[in-house]
Amino acid sequence: MNLQVDENGRLRHFLSIDGLNRDILTDILDTAESFAGVTEQSIKKVPLLRGKTIVNLFFEPSTRTRTTFELAAKRLSADVLNINVNASATTKGETLLDTLRNLEAMHTDMFVVRHNDSGAAHFIAAHSQPHISVINAGDGRHAHPTQAMLDMFTIRRHKPDFKELSVAIVGDILHSRVARSQILALNALGAGEIRVVAPRTLIPAEIDSLGVQVHHHLASGIRDADVIIMLRLQNERMQGALLPSAHEYFQLYGLTEERLQVAKTDAIIMHPGPINRGVEMDSQVADGARSVILQQVSYGIAVRMAVMTMAMSNAQQAGDQPS
Amino acid sequence: MKIRIHGGRIIDPANGIDQQLDIFIADDNIIAVADKLDGFDADQEIDAHDRWVIPGLVDLSARLREPGQEHKATIHSETRAAAAAGITTLCCPPDTQPIIDTPAVAELIQNRAEQAGFANVLPLAALTQGLQGEQLSEMAALKQAGCPAVANVGPLANTQVQRLAMEYAQTHKLTVFIQPLDHWLGRHGCAHEGKVSTRLGLPGIPVAAETAAVARDLALIELIGVKAHFTRLSTLRAVRMVARAQFDGLPVTADVCAHQLHLTEMDICDYDSHCHVLPPLRTQRDQEGLRDGVKQNVIQAICSDHQPHEADAKLAPFCSTQPGISALETLLPLSLRLHEENKLPLSETIRRLTSGPAQILGIDAGTLSIGRQADICIIDPEHIWQLNEDNIRSQGKNTPFLGWEFKARVTHTLHRGKLVYTLD
Repeated sequence: MNLQVDENGRLRHFLSIDGLNRDILTDILDTAESFAGVTEQSIKKVPLLRGKTIVNLFFEPSTRTRTTFELAAKRLSADVLNINVNASATTKGETLLDTLRNLEAMHTDMFVVRHNDSGAAHFIAAHSQPHISVINAGDGRHAHPTQAMLDMFTIRRHKPDFKELSVAIVGDILHSRVARSQILALNALGAGEIRVVAPRTLIPAEIDSLGVQVHHHLASGIRDADVIIMLRLQNERMQGALLPSAHEYFQLYGLTEERLQVAKTDAIIMHPGPINRGVEMDSQVADGARSVILQQVSYGIAVRMAVMTMAMSNAQQAGDQPS
Repeated sequence: MKIRIHGGRIIDPANGIDQQLDIFIADDNIIAVADKLDGFDADQEIDAHDRWVIPGLVDLSARLREPGQEHKATIHSETRAAAAAGITTLCCPPDTQPIIDTPAVAELIQNRAEQAGFANVLPLAALTQGLQGEQLSEMAALKQAGCPAVANVGPLANTQVQRLAMEYAQTHKLTVFIQPLDHWLGRHGCAHEGKVSTRLGLPGIPVAAETAAVARDLALIELIGVKAHFTRLSTLRAVRMVARAQFDGLPVTADVCAHQLHLTEMDICDYDSHCHVLPPLRTQRDQEGLRDGVKQNVIQAICSDHQPHEADAKLAPFCSTQPGISALETLLPLSLRLHEENKLPLSETIRRLTSGPAQILGIDAGTLSIGRQADICIIDPEHIWQLNEDNIRSQGKNTPFLGWEFKARVTHTLHRGKLVYTLD
């Protein structure tokens, strides 16, 4: 049973890339493509979700993701409510459910959820009323599917044929919900080759079961790559004995123009942000010609508009039906 | 009160009996297992034709939640459920609130069980005061107060304290129950470290969290010669290590929880919090290793690891839920399913639930020997039934086995010569 699609295989919630096929992902990308036009016009609003209430329910601090979700909702003419919950105040499940019930009582149509527990979005989707749609804006280490889709969107704009692509994901794979969603999306879209590049301490157990090759050296990991995705390294990883220092990490895995030589000459460089300059990459690369990092941010709005519209229309139909 | 159970198939592995006989009970005790007993005038007859008659089950690990967490369950509610499951002796791990580290708490638990009258409850004493892993508990006094063994709950980090606790336990001829888990490895984990935890983004508990602890404690057991029991093994490798230690002559026994013999990491699926257990559900290979361990008698007992919860405890994202399954009422059904699926002989299956655990505890239970307290379970082997929330007697309805169909059902349970359960 897949919670996020209805009996006709249409998107009801967007919780994870896991279980979604290439058709649905392509549909999301195509819909986003149509919204990309809207966001580039001078009047950036469409009335698709007029009268709908969308709640951004964030149990973890976030600026970028929350802002783009908010903008996406507003451009669809929905009413948006931002709720930031201090995660430490809601360590009990009852409270999460209570929060949910209270917001449902305000006739919410959609929850956009970020939570530090893996599976939180599934939990909320499973316990919400049938007319409500849930979009996962990041849950623990599990999934960040809209980020993955905006990355796919960015890749497709530059390199339309996924099966030709060699994609390298570099950094803290272990803790990364972004990496997990990217790997699943790339595989679903038929990417030629996916590599993950990190020291053993940052590679989760049996990651090869997700269909990736593991590299421990940057040079071999990005050799002849078409797409290089750098992940953010959290400072607390140094305290957890996962890495000796940011300095050594940059020495071994930091992306510089010089190290980029081994990649394809037209390789694009991506990063989900925010960048630690001098840790994951130096500024020359981040601001360089091959960097598409800022495009990722602006495409994020179109992709989120697409996902919101698709899930909401299908959820609305489910809610209208008597059963 | 005199009771005759007649016509049943008596299966008493400890005495090597498997045949149709009658059981004669006077007052609390079994006075004869025979074709007939002249001059016995029964007050009550129990017809056991086409039934199995076995010793009452002995469960090495059942949380009853009292004292301290009565919103989850009580000694009365859980021993009543135990009776319906054919269990007549239960061991209660020491992590009650307050912890079982004083004779007063040990006695309170036994008194409450006595008042309820459904089953014997044996408190397992904390190995260290407050289970803090620092100061030894008053083991002699706790033994005096009825604790058959001493136990840790969760990892004991300090190896020196572990050594001294084992030495002190041996001084008082107490078996040490060890739930093997490394203090650091997989400390914040909530699922087996492997394919499923990686896919679901759940912090993992590696196999080495169990084997590192088994290895350390085997070294201490070899040094000290204390009788030790590894409880709730979850990995193939740990089973092999324990088998090797037994082969080398160390005084080591082991148990496994029934659910580990039937579920794997795959059952977590989309974050089913009913499958959040500690130790975590592991791989198919581990499950096969555990099943083999039971078959080869490396594992002498199957326990329930009963952990009843209120509904809210399981209503949260996976890692934030409380681990454990309400498992008393699936102990026998899941074990009998093992007998069917894994060709484990019936008498051996019953041994793992009766005399096997009783011997680990060194108690007089789990047999149908003459003169013993009449703790007896009668089973209809052809009764097909389905587990659902309405027929679970435990206060905790938290189980991943809802909807499972089982063959064989307890129809009567006797405890101390009294009928404490009859199937409606």
